[in-house]
Amino acid sequence: MSPLLRRVEPLYPVLIPALAVLAALAVGGVLLVIVGANPARVYEKLWSGAMGNPYSRAQTLGKATPLLLVAIGVCIAFRARVLNIGVEGQVIVGGLAATAWGLAIKTAPGGVIAISSLLVAMIGGGLWAAIPGILKAYFNVNEILSTIMMNQVSASLLIVLLTGPLRDTSAEATAANIIQTGPIPEAAWLLPIVARSPFNVGALLAVAFAAAVYFLLWRTVLGYRIRAVGQNPKASAYAGIAVRRTLLTAMVLSGAFAGLAGGVEVFGVTHRALQDFTSGYGFSGIVVALFGGLHPLGAIPAAVLFGGLLVSGTKLQSVGVSSAMVTVLQGLIVLFVVSSSEILRRIRRQAAPPPKPVSAAQSVLTDAPHAEIAR
Amino acid sequence: MAAETSSILLIAAQGVAASAAYLYASLGEGIGQRAGVYNLGVDGVILMGAFSAFYAVYSGLSPVVAVIIAALVGLVFGVIMAFVSVTFKAEQGISGIGLYMLGLGLSTLLFDTLVKTPRPVSGGFVRVPIPVLSDLPIIGPVLFDQTPMVYGALLLVPVAWYVINRTTPGLNIRAVGQNPQAADAAGLNVTRIRYLSLMVGGALAGVAGASLSIAQTNIFQQNMTNGLGFIAVALVYFGGWSPIGILFGALLFSIVTTLQLWIQTLGIGISPSLISMLPSIVTIIALIFAVTAYKTQTPAALGVAYRRDEN
Repeated sequence: MSPLLRRVEPLYPVLIPALAVLAALAVGGVLLVIVGANPARVYEKLWSGAMGNPYSRAQTLGKATPLLLVAIGVCIAFRARVLNIGVEGQVIVGGLAATAWGLAIKTAPGGVIAISSLLVAMIGGGLWAAIPGILKAYFNVNEILSTIMMNQVSASLLIVLLTGPLRDTSAEATAANIIQTGPIPEAAWLLPIVARSPFNVGALLAVAFAAAVYFLLWRTVLGYRIRAVGQNPKASAYAGIAVRRTLLTAMVLSGAFAGLAGGVEVFGVTHRALQDFTSGYGFSGIVVALFGGLHPLGAIPAAVLFGGLLVSGTKLQSVGVSSAMVTVLQGLIVLFVVSSSEILRRIRRQAAPPPKPVSAAQSVLTDAPHAEIAR
Repeated sequence: MAAETSSILLIAAQGVAASAAYLYASLGEGIGQRAGVYNLGVDGVILMGAFSAFYAVYSGLSPVVAVIIAALVGLVFGVIMAFVSVTFKAEQGISGIGLYMLGLGLSTLLFDTLVKTPRPVSGGFVRVPIPVLSDLPIIGPVLFDQTPMVYGALLLVPVAWYVINRTTPGLNIRAVGQNPQAADAAGLNVTRIRYLSLMVGGALAGVAGASLSIAQTNIFQQNMTNGLGFIAVALVYFGGWSPIGILFGALLFSIVTTLQLWIQTLGIGISPSLISMLPSIVTIIALIFAVTAYKTQTPAALGVAYRRDEN
């Protein structure tokens, strides 16, 4: 290996995502020119919309919170190689469960409501994820397809509950025909860190859980099993690991964090369940996890970046561009990040022939070099 | 009685009309999967096809030209998928999600920029009753009074079956999906065959989009597929990777979907959203059965990138 390459290699965890973003911005810029927009103005707006003033920065961190919670769950599932695409639905179910529980015990002290509701959110998301988890582990049903279908079911469930049992019966909501639940008692709201902004103490919870998931994955037996099953399920089975149970555990944990994201969003930001209160956190959370190298600590800066992107995306209208530009950029970033491990492999191979063959099972999920930060 | 019969026929006819998009998308997806690559981004490709065809007709082009444009756009997306999944060997489930987001975002971006507000176009496909056949009782109005896009989709089933099972390219596709090492040793170019399969699959997804936006309806809306592409992927499993199985799956699903819309209009005291869960739940149950029923049919190398240097 050349000396230059050896010097650059430790920087991969930062270099790869950075290059993926640059590549996505470049391709996105070409697309913007094609639709007749000025990329420089659009990108300037993306930056200022997310970071321009204290309030927009608080908005960014407020959006980053649920993204981080979803992403650390995705890290657990993807490390076990269970591709949980159903986080979107698990966020919805978690948020709904927390709201229903919070409204049911609304006379209790605020702290009790908040804490118990967030627990209920985790249980709701975990149980919802257990369905595709069981189907995957014991019936060998492709989890990607089953979780996508579960997303559709959750979206319908949200409407059923918001228009039925959980419907806001207040005069204003009925008159305006708004589809939402009643409000969570103010005493149970998660305290804002920046007054009157979506940036609330849920963010601290998310960072603490990110650290906890890092510990879980790399410092506990369960984490070792999860990663072993993800790397090589057959070898894990021979080594005595209960592969199916581990897969199911990873799925349930993943759903629990997604559910918590929904609960934190309701108790910290919207203060009731609404239509579209998840606003695409599921798919964006997956992007955050991949971007952070499937590492819970790497997901922290990634969540801030994509939180900012989502916040400023809604402000792009002022420069005449649809907020869909953000979805385009996310898609491009995913495509570049998943391609990166093979590109690196080729660079390495050109620098020096490999000492031993690499197994076909390896891919971005298990051998992304930028995921090796603290293995 | 007569009214009931005619409404049942109407549902059946609408179901067959709705099956066209599923058929194009699933048959195309099936070809890619037979070659060993599943493209989860098909929903995004359908959206791109739907927008391209809509915009072509909106700009005054003929619907036939619009379908060709949609197919070409889909083909380009097939190349992107192949580039990421075959050349760069990325995890297919994830690259598919990236492709889906790209298609979803780009179709919305283009629509918001070029058209701005949803509006129907005139000049799309219209129903063309087939002489004599359309006068047959029951099957006449159900099968032979449809748009050319529906006839095309139904004709594609035997064509796809024949190509996959009875021609050399079809044999090559199956070979690289079952055992790429052996195919490679026999002198086949695994990369090229997978590229071509994904390009055909992408083009058909584009056509599926066109059948939505200029035949089944005459409008484009943001995310108008509402997950149709994902169900199309599931249908390939459901159909056991066979075009005939896919045909049954597509008809079943489009009729369930149509029926569900119809129940909603009846105003039985069930929440429409509760009924709208039906297709997804049926898909999940179908997947459970498909796994046990078709264990042996699954292309052995499905989802696994081929590396020549390891053997």
